[in-house]
Amino acid sequence: MSSPFCNFIRSTIGRKILMALTGLVLVLFVMGHMLGNLQIFLGAEVINAYAYQLHYELPTAALWGIRLFLLACVAVHIWAAVSLTLDNKRARPDSYAAEKPVQATYASRTMRISGVILLAFIIFHIAHYTARVVPGMQYEEPGVLSPTEVPLVKGGEMVLKDGQPVMTFNVNDMMVAGFQVWWVSAFYIIATGLLCMHLAHGVSSMFQTVGLRNKIWRKRLDLVALAYGWVVFIGFAVIPLAVLTGLLQMDPTGGLGEEVAAITETIQK
Amino acid sequence: MEKTMNLTLKVWRQKNAATDGQFVEYPLKDVSEDSSFLEMLDILNEELVEQGKEPVAFDHDCREGICGTCSMTINGTAHGPQRATTACQLHMRHFHDGQTITIEPWRAKPFPVMKDLIVDRTPFDRIMQAGGFITGRAGSAVEANAMPIPKGTADYAMDAAACIGCGACVAACPNASAMLFTAAKVAHMNSLPQGKPEKDRRALAMVTTMDGEGFGGCTNIGECEAVCPKEISLDMIAQLNRDYAAAQVKSFFKAV
Repeated sequence: MSSPFCNFIRSTIGRKILMALTGLVLVLFVMGHMLGNLQIFLGAEVINAYAYQLHYELPTAALWGIRLFLLACVAVHIWAAVSLTLDNKRARPDSYAAEKPVQATYASRTMRISGVILLAFIIFHIAHYTARVVPGMQYEEPGVLSPTEVPLVKGGEMVLKDGQPVMTFNVNDMMVAGFQVWWVSAFYIIATGLLCMHLAHGVSSMFQTVGLRNKIWRKRLDLVALAYGWVVFIGFAVIPLAVLTGLLQMDPTGGLGEEVAAITETIQK
Repeated sequence: MEKTMNLTLKVWRQKNAATDGQFVEYPLKDVSEDSSFLEMLDILNEELVEQGKEPVAFDHDCREGICGTCSMTINGTAHGPQRATTACQLHMRHFHDGQTITIEPWRAKPFPVMKDLIVDRTPFDRIMQAGGFITGRAGSAVEANAMPIPKGTADYAMDAAACIGCGACVAACPNASAMLFTAAKVAHMNSLPQGKPEKDRRALAMVTTMDGEGFGGCTNIGECEAVCPKEISLDMIAQLNRDYAAAQVKSFFKAV
């Protein structure tokens, strides 16, 4: 246990650097995920085609490679946080009678609790929309969401294979149906709000941990972190809000609308 | 006319490291606003001695803010409410008549309370012994201008060297982290040509010792910088992180 790498991850700074690097991966992922999600506003066919691209056009090995890499990052991030927190609590078992922070921000002092709630959210979110195993929200039961399969549309045209339309999962309706449940939407909005807080400290903090910060850059990075947090919060929260206000609707045709009617007509003729 | 104030002091009393401590309240009358915080405690102790009671033990030495011996948390803030000021340089004019002042020792596992407000700060000495020096031949000093050092570097090293090792950073940190102290010492020596040859060894050894002494990790919240009587900057911690990471990378790939 005394190889350079073991020494590195046993040290406080080493674990913090691991936390910063995995945090950076997750911070970038979150932005990509948000931009992907926002395509729902471009129409059901756009978000459905995007999901199809991720799931079927990307090689399965690559999809699972990315998923496992992200999960590994989450795992390392949490391991580092838990092990450092335990060390930190051991180092400071007693608090002051008159304990009060001089200047530390609320976000910086609540990283652990926001992190724990975010973990609960991530587990729920994966069960809800990726694995689709949340009871009553499988989105495949008749009546809840049907049909779940819609034709894949690209550039305004149905994609055909051997003369048959390629079918894809209707992600648009899954999202809308999911967010029509008010408490699900509330949980998503609260969780992304906490994510905003977590990032407001974390994004600037990771630069400090890898040594890329000074007095001038601290001010700038604090602002960048706050802005990043807010952008992510608004970008994510706007979708459940749009569903709750009725701006985003289910579209069982998967964005084909009139075209479906036309096709049906042609078939009937 | 000199203003005076009546205070209620809530002081941590603890017989020794083996026993539990508790707060004891002492009323103190007619304290001059011109007296320093430690002079105020001297007045309290004189009264306690007159009453045949045990005086409050607290660390102090130079009483001019340069030695780093005084160490107490006043109303929850290490060295009290005045920024960039040690407890000995804090004056009673920053308090008001009728105020209750809570006085506690530094709270950190590696700094066990020895008696009342006195804690054992020898872990800092061991961090210094691990790398807070340069290896040089003793004897006649090198001519001061033989080694030109840019003004900016000299100023930066001087800012780092201003650390008096009082331990307020550890006391203020919710993780009892000694990062600001260690960073100041590393930044001081690693940025000067005399200290550069041992840069990597120093960063690795001092951080290993710091962790081994049981100090916590840094969560970049900046409370240490805010209470530091010498205003040591978080920039030093960034440098320590950088120097430590570079030293680790070099040790991964060093020739074997």
